[in-house]
Amino acid sequence: MAKSIASEFTKGLWKEVPPFRLVLGLCPVLGVTTSMKNGIGMGLATTFVLLCSNILVSLLRKVIPAKVRIACFIIIIATFVIVVEQMMQAFAYTLFLDLGVFIPLIVVNCIVLGRAEAFASKNGVVKSTADGLGIGLGFTWALGLLGAVRELIGTGSLKGDVFGLIHWDVPNIFGASFEPFGFAVQAPGAFVILGLLLCAMNLIPSK
Amino acid sequence: MEYIEIIIATIFVNNILLAQFLGNCPFLGTSKKMETAVGMAMAVIFVLVMAGVMTWLIFNYLLLPNKLVFLRTIAFILVIASLVQFVEMFLKKSIPALYAGLGIFLPLITTNCAVFGVCVLNIDKELGFLPALVTSFGYAAGFGLALIIFAGLRERILIARVPKPLQDTSIALITAGVISLSFYAFRGMV
Repeated sequence: MAKSIASEFTKGLWKEVPPFRLVLGLCPVLGVTTSMKNGIGMGLATTFVLLCSNILVSLLRKVIPAKVRIACFIIIIATFVIVVEQMMQAFAYTLFLDLGVFIPLIVVNCIVLGRAEAFASKNGVVKSTADGLGIGLGFTWALGLLGAVRELIGTGSLKGDVFGLIHWDVPNIFGASFEPFGFAVQAPGAFVILGLLLCAMNLIPSK
Repeated sequence: MEYIEIIIATIFVNNILLAQFLGNCPFLGTSKKMETAVGMAMAVIFVLVMAGVMTWLIFNYLLLPNKLVFLRTIAFILVIASLVQFVEMFLKKSIPALYAGLGIFLPLITTNCAVFGVCVLNIDKELGFLPALVTSFGYAAGFGLALIIFAGLRERILIARVPKPLQDTSIALITAGVISLSFYAFRGMV
């Protein structure tokens, strides 16, 4: 039992990590990853919604009628998105402004609805918690990685913090003569760099 | 004149898919064949304009006067979901040909973030009624244009020889990057 819970958790971190293995929820992936800080912030906000909605959907799975389940899931998810919105406005306002429209957009993120439909509505609370946390944290590191790559190429340095708790500041990693490649932090660069990262992930066998 | 400017800005300069990154799941999911791309584009234009109008009215005449602005997210998603359901039933009954044409793309639109995103953007920018209507249409038309161009390119890529790790989504994303780069040239026009 303990082993299966652990495997539900770890599968989200590598084997089924969105958006690399499960190509879902691409809009925030492309939209907010202009820096590592924004990527991680967005990932954590999504993780919170995913975890809470997974738990609630799993608790209510015997009560929700099958025919209107999607509508019920969306309302549950929307409730937690509003919680995140209000919390971020109160405690992380600059991040809230940076992420902009993508915070309310968590409600239509296919990963969240996908996990509610494919996993939480069929499994128990403990397993669904592990699944939500795993997929959420997998999504967070993926966004952080993409953000870090784009920020490094686009500006030459890494700088930021997560909710004021962890700080990092890596100046000019490529040396002083490096000319920042603005393409990477702009719209076209998002597509190309995500495409190349997907290619790199395909080179590593998924086992 | 103002409206022409909005149309150009929303279709080319701030293209919803390529510059704002909204609605990318159907962009990659339904662009493998030209037929499905056209179906999706039509369905999005249809629903997005209606959703833009409905959510604008609900926000400005229901949520704002009653100080319920924090309920925006849940109200909008409910409006869009029920609108899609309603449109589906209406088309099935009265215009079966169009219904058959749009097929499964109609229900899929509920979770298309382009629709939800444009509704939220209209409110965030505090647009008036007519500008909001024109903006919704422009974004939807931009979505359709980008989707159809992309589908055309993807049909060609299918017969090209692509290195194995780059196949499928990876090469599709890089192609999207190139299209995005070409749309980038419109920047500074408006």
